Amino acid sequence: MKRMPTARSWMLATVALLCMSARSVADDNFIVVASTTSTQNSGLFDHLLPKFRAASGIEVRVVALGTGAALAYGRRCDADVLIVHAPAAEREFIDRGYGVERVPLMHNDFVIVGPDDDPAGVRDSGSAAQALAAIALQRSPFVSRGDRSGTHVKELELWDTADRRPASDAQSWYREAGAGMGQALNMARAMDAYILVDRGTWLSFGSRGQLELLFEGDPQLLNPYSAIAVDPEHCPGVRHAQARTFIEWLVSDAGQRAIANFRAADQALFVPRHEPR
Amino acid sequence: MDELRQAPWMALEMLVTLEPELLEIIGLSLQVSLAATLLAALIGLPLGAAVAVYQFPGRSLLTALLNAMMGLPPVVVGLAIYLLLSRAGPLGELGLLFTPQAMVIAQCVLITPLIAALTRQTVADLDRTCREQLEVLNTRQATMVWTLLRDGWRSLGTAVLAGFGRAVAEVGAVLIVGGNIKGVTRVMTTTIALETSMGNLALAMALGLVLLAIAVSISLLAGLLQHAADGRNG
Amino acid sequence: MAETRVPGARERRLPLQVNAVEFHRNGRKLLTGLDFRLEPGKISVLLGPNGAGKSLLLRLLMGLIVPDAGWIRWNGVSPTRCRHQLGMVLQKPVMLRRSALANVEFALARAGVAASQRRRIAQAALEQAGLLALGKQPAARLSGGEAQRLAIVRAWAQKPRVLLLDEPCANLDPHSTARVEALIRDIHAGGTRVILSTHDLGQARRLADEVLFLADGQLHEHASAEGFFRNPDSGKARAFLRGDLVI
Repeated sequence: MKRMPTARSWMLATVALLCMSARSVADDNFIVVASTTSTQNSGLFDHLLPKFRAASGIEVRVVALGTGAALAYGRRCDADVLIVHAPAAEREFIDRGYGVERVPLMHNDFVIVGPDDDPAGVRDSGSAAQALAAIALQRSPFVSRGDRSGTHVKELELWDTADRRPASDAQSWYREAGAGMGQALNMARAMDAYILVDRGTWLSFGSRGQLELLFEGDPQLLNPYSAIAVDPEHCPGVRHAQARTFIEWLVSDAGQRAIANFRAADQALFVPRHEPR
Repeated sequence: MDELRQAPWMALEMLVTLEPELLEIIGLSLQVSLAATLLAALIGLPLGAAVAVYQFPGRSLLTALLNAMMGLPPVVVGLAIYLLLSRAGPLGELGLLFTPQAMVIAQCVLITPLIAALTRQTVADLDRTCREQLEVLNTRQATMVWTLLRDGWRSLGTAVLAGFGRAVAEVGAVLIVGGNIKGVTRVMTTTIALETSMGNLALAMALGLVLLAIAVSISLLAGLLQHAADGRNG
Repeated sequence: MAETRVPGARERRLPLQVNAVEFHRNGRKLLTGLDFRLEPGKISVLLGPNGAGKSLLLRLLMGLIVPDAGWIRWNGVSPTRCRHQLGMVLQKPVMLRRSALANVEFALARAGVAASQRRRIAQAALEQAGLLALGKQPAARLSGGEAQRLAIVRAWAQKPRVLLLDEPCANLDPHSTARVEALIRDIHAGGTRVILSTHDLGQARRLADEVLFLADGQLHEHASAEGFFRNPDSGKARAFLRGDLVI
């Protein structure tokens, strides 16, 4: 029976390991925030959360999902706060009683990036909708998120404005990625395609290849972010008090200042809701 | 092409400087996958051996099921466990979602069929050779299960190692049930996925090389242990 | 495998009664018309050419398989119900992947011997077989003759009343054969009944007290060794003793 002692000590060691990791999670002063991949990837949370923790002692655990998944997780009570950027979906979330209220936090904007040789002439377009129309006309490759994210919803809005929803037979040039912003950007780079992307993600995106920022500034490209506390009446187990503390801090001067100070590549990525004093 | 060339140097640099964040991520990966493998072995080894030794109605169906479940897509397992552990789900009260424990559970579910199926095969082959001999030595079936497990320990060790390899390499399950939360549930594979999605391809590749190096080290270690035990056990 | 207390079990007497036993497989009759009685105390040898059905008969006696017709009784009890009193050495014994000692200890554990005693008894058994020096070696590394002796003492360590051996010296060189046969004689002298099968005339002559001659699934002759070798009754037996191929 020589092997038994070895197996037994292994088991004890692993149980001990498990207990150790359990302890780190059992610390109860935390909230779960469901947010979008673009917000996560911009690095905003890495910048904000330590400040909040220092001020309140509350640990914020961010789970980065797509907007659709974030709302679903909120509905299922798996998150305490949602930070998303999809106004219509947010309003529906509140109307259904899943969230308390929309608290506007900040905004940034979307930009259109594409191959530096710009075959569709996007640089010279008068508006974002016109830019997309030009891309459709040229049948230049275009990568869509295709995943009901905030970015995807905005893209569909623009197509509607241009009155040119890409038809289902447009698969030769219109590619629905069904993936996060980063993956979609990788695809766009590989295919030399145009793509709608939020400025924050674009500024922190590492491997641009031949992609360049071609169009920006259209008011329709505005991208507003809100925080929503999951309604404790719908989800009795939610950490509502701490959730409120977090949201209040975000719209406080301290939080808004932190948002304003967040920069990448020498640009501010987000514009806070109101001017911090 | 540049990233491929950069990656090994970045990997080396990371290993040499021993960044605390990297160590934390590696540590969690190993904790989760080792724990999952241990649990899966505790369940899968006897399960596989019992299916090999005992005759019962539906045995071939169960065998086919185990073999098929070796190919469970990790993301499907992750989704299923998420639905179970979600607050809106049956086990929501446990509050296990987005914790390393949930990741251990998901990976355990993922690799138990693998270990059980490989064990079943090994023990069935051994059984063919040994059954009659064990019978004439008056061995009860329950004891046969344990005896064959012991006798087949080398192949079973490989099965367990295969399970560990699958666990430490998967991303779909731990991503969904863990949430890839920084400092809490972020492991090597989810970090690689994240860095890739952010376009930091060289860094992602470097992390991949680190993961590979760890997997190879563990495999070598297992081989050494087997070799050493060979001399003692015979 | 229930233990059955049989009347008279206190004596080391286990007369064997085989009654009209047949064994079929795939529609072929592999054994027919087997009908004999063996009294305890002798070394009985099942002799015959390959394919005669000797192994099958031993398996039936051990209770590993059941006859398709007829019955087998050890002192009135069927083999499956007195398995603990029977020991068998398979034609190709399988060693567990452990040391020689550990193999014997395994057998002792199955026989209900207390853990504290096993090492001592196992060592004694190995000594009997002249294998004590190899005790800690992996059993798989033993030579053919050593492995055979180990298999024999392993089965014998369970203290069966009867030891069945299936071709114990097939593929062994004369030196190993001699050692194995010496071991068998020692075991028999110690009070264990021995029934073995062989196609080797010389071995039968050396070991047998009585001979059961089998060919193509039938028992052709059952006689004392002396009687059989001096003056066999059946034609097939005579042919076999002459060295002809018995088809």
